[in-house]
Amino acid sequence: MSEAWIPSAEELAGFRKAQRLAYDCAEAVTAEMKPGMTERFVAARMKEYLLDHGADDCFHEPFAWFGDRTAFRGLIAVKQLGGFNPAFYPGLRRLEENMPFILDCAPTIQGCTADIGYCGVIGQNAILDRLMDDLIEYRQLILEQVRARRPLAEISRAVDALCARHGYDPRHKAYPFETLAHRIEKLKDDGKKSHLKIANFGVRNIGELLRDKIRGAREGWNPIWNSSDASNHVPTPGLWAVEPHLGFREVGAKWEELLVVTDTDAFWLDDDVPHVRRWAQRGLWKQAA
Amino acid sequence: MTPSQIVQSGGIELAVYEWGKPGKKKPTIVLVHGYPDAASVWKATAEILSQRYYVVAYDVRGAGRSSTPDHTAAYDLDHLVADLAAVVDNVSPDKPVHLVCHDWGSIQCWEAVTTERMEGRIASYTSISGPSIDHASYWIMNRLRSGSPEKIAQVGRQLAHSWYIGMFQLPVLAPALWRGGLDKLWPTLLEKVEGIAEAEPNPTQTRDGANGVNLYRANFVKRLLNPQERRTELPVQLIVPRGDKFMVQEIWDDLPQWVPNLWRREVDAGHWLQVSHPELVAAHAAEFVDFVESGVESAALKRARVREERRGKAHSGKLVVITGAGSGFGRETSLLFAEAGADIIAVDINPEAAERTAELSRLLGAQAWARKTDVGSIEDMQSLADWVEKELGAPDIVVNNAGIGVAGSFFDTSDADWERVLRVNLWGVIHGSRLFGKQMIAAGKQGHIVNVASMGGFTPSRFMSAYNTSKAAVMMLSDCIRAELADRKIEVSTICPGLSITNITQSTRFVGASPEEEARRQQSATKLYQKRNLKPQAIARAILDAVEHKRAEVPVGVEAHGSRLLSRFFPALSRRLARLDVVP
Repeated sequence: MSEAWIPSAEELAGFRKAQRLAYDCAEAVTAEMKPGMTERFVAARMKEYLLDHGADDCFHEPFAWFGDRTAFRGLIAVKQLGGFNPAFYPGLRRLEENMPFILDCAPTIQGCTADIGYCGVIGQNAILDRLMDDLIEYRQLILEQVRARRPLAEISRAVDALCARHGYDPRHKAYPFETLAHRIEKLKDDGKKSHLKIANFGVRNIGELLRDKIRGAREGWNPIWNSSDASNHVPTPGLWAVEPHLGFREVGAKWEELLVVTDTDAFWLDDDVPHVRRWAQRGLWKQAA
Repeated sequence: MTPSQIVQSGGIELAVYEWGKPGKKKPTIVLVHGYPDAASVWKATAEILSQRYYVVAYDVRGAGRSSTPDHTAAYDLDHLVADLAAVVDNVSPDKPVHLVCHDWGSIQCWEAVTTERMEGRIASYTSISGPSIDHASYWIMNRLRSGSPEKIAQVGRQLAHSWYIGMFQLPVLAPALWRGGLDKLWPTLLEKVEGIAEAEPNPTQTRDGANGVNLYRANFVKRLLNPQERRTELPVQLIVPRGDKFMVQEIWDDLPQWVPNLWRREVDAGHWLQVSHPELVAAHAAEFVDFVESGVESAALKRARVREERRGKAHSGKLVVITGAGSGFGRETSLLFAEAGADIIAVDINPEAAERTAELSRLLGAQAWARKTDVGSIEDMQSLADWVEKELGAPDIVVNNAGIGVAGSFFDTSDADWERVLRVNLWGVIHGSRLFGKQMIAAGKQGHIVNVASMGGFTPSRFMSAYNTSKAAVMMLSDCIRAELADRKIEVSTICPGLSITNITQSTRFVGASPEEEARRQQSATKLYQKRNLKPQAIARAILDAVEHKRAEVPVGVEAHGSRLLSRFFPALSRRLARLDVVP
């Protein structure tokens, strides 16, 4: 793990800007969402918003999941092909009142990529509320254990155990490679307005992930953080997009944020994110002393 | 009974009876009788209630010692509501009263709570065996229009229960019958048909029976043919006697559409339950009055609250006790029952885990309670059973699921290991079956006991002597009590899961192994079970299936089915396989 990239303060500001844009996008599009809209329509609106606000590349094009698709029920849960599955792409499911939804987007601005997950409902959904409340524990658990420099696989298993205690399904296991988190690398800011995407994924970002995979194989770490033995190593310095995704019955909820890991410490890139603001409003959030 | 005062209402004198004295903090309960009764029908109930409340009853116009109008139209519901209002204004001019009404009294009071005449004068309404005629009319029309043979049959059955209403429309006949001997025969009829011996024959039975016919004549046809949509926001408690010969229970099915704040209690009694079960009526009435006065809803009332979205599900209204509900099969079973409309008592030795299961069950719409209990302790189980009986009544379904694992050589298994595993796996089931079985018998409930054994119960293994013995015992225990409870129509099922992923593998005690070795074996057992991937949901589904289809013994998973066949048809092979060293 020699020459690990530890982002500078300046670089972090760039990533923070990207992450804010992504969450602003999710909130702005949510404000426009109405029953009857399809996942495809909403995902397209997100893409439009991101392009309008300076995104020049992405890790992946925006995703939108409605209803039981938030919990990855049905075809979307098919795990063959390593979890790459066309049902992941936004579909023709229409939003209804009180139906949970998840928006997930990953814009790149000037070489800095964010990857966020945002959930909500037009109306009321008690199960979603509960899931979103409980998600706070995952954010705390992951940070504490990374700071304690526990092996990543162990942290992932601790997340599994917390899910079991809560009575939730860890639905991030339906992502490709059962990903709890994945690496994000800094790209070159080449000044171009757009970059190549294949099958809705940004080629440059995926390329970095593959390079990490090869490098990780040599150095003994895994750019995909999951419960497998390949992740049985201390936290690798750099940026991780962490995305615990919980499911209970037909409802799923997640957040996704960048975690900054240095040689000795770790912190969330930004505490000013919608889910933290929601926890604060509900009196769940206690700022760490 | 002598009236304590006479109240005037539109030229009619109403005889009013009181029990106890009015008090500033004492709620007032007004009892309204039905047909062919007088206020005296409430005597026993009123005496009990008067210990804590100011209780008032009156003879409806034409009945008891009240005067009789001279024409049929004077029995119109408007006049009856005016009578009630006159009594209420007289006995409780400042505070709204709580109504408890039976039969025709209940029909009148539906009118009172759904019209403006008495707005602000009524705090709550407990209704027994008397629907609003308007509601009944909509009920009949909706069913006839639905075209569903099942629903039309409901109307047919209700009409068959209401034969006398048609007869009352005929001139002369009914009053003549009452005057010509039915009055004398009435106590005997009640005793023969309803099984209740009235303490004293009603001295005004003749006029109660004969005049009361006018209640039907003045209102029924008019209202049935031209019903109004009648709603109320008031809290209404419905007491439904299961053995009512004049009412089908489905008559109440549409009520939530008119009454958003509705509680429903079913009781094992006949039509005149205030005579046959005065304590029960008093207790239910008091509980409801206390709730409305204090805002504190008892557990039983919480359960009784009618929740529209819960209706029509496979286990709606059932109460299910599940042990070991904090994780694994127990949690999944709780959630499945909750989704199927049941209410849940989640029992676990770990109180946080039990509470979490209860919370998740509530998210699925159930009422749910968590209880910390060590199933192996008779004191714990007794206090659980006492609590359940007192707060919620006998359960409909009990799932004795809690269990622990022990593995290793027989000679390394200490007395303490044996005691531990038998205490939870066998004694837990004994306690649960006995305590709750008794409650089911006492309450006359045709309930269901589900005992979770294991494929270990019929799969010998050199490393599982203690665990498998405990599970084999559970199977035999269940077989025996199934036979004994068959007469009572209480079902007993045994579930035999195969290798399913639960916490049990992680906490199994591996005797004769060092702590490190034990941890390693727990890990590798867990991994093996994970590979097998038989989910607790599958066992939960099997449990619901066993209850719904009254199955005696249910193996779950291909390995459980296979091993059962092996033990039945190739026992020698089964014994041979038991020698294999397959411990993880």
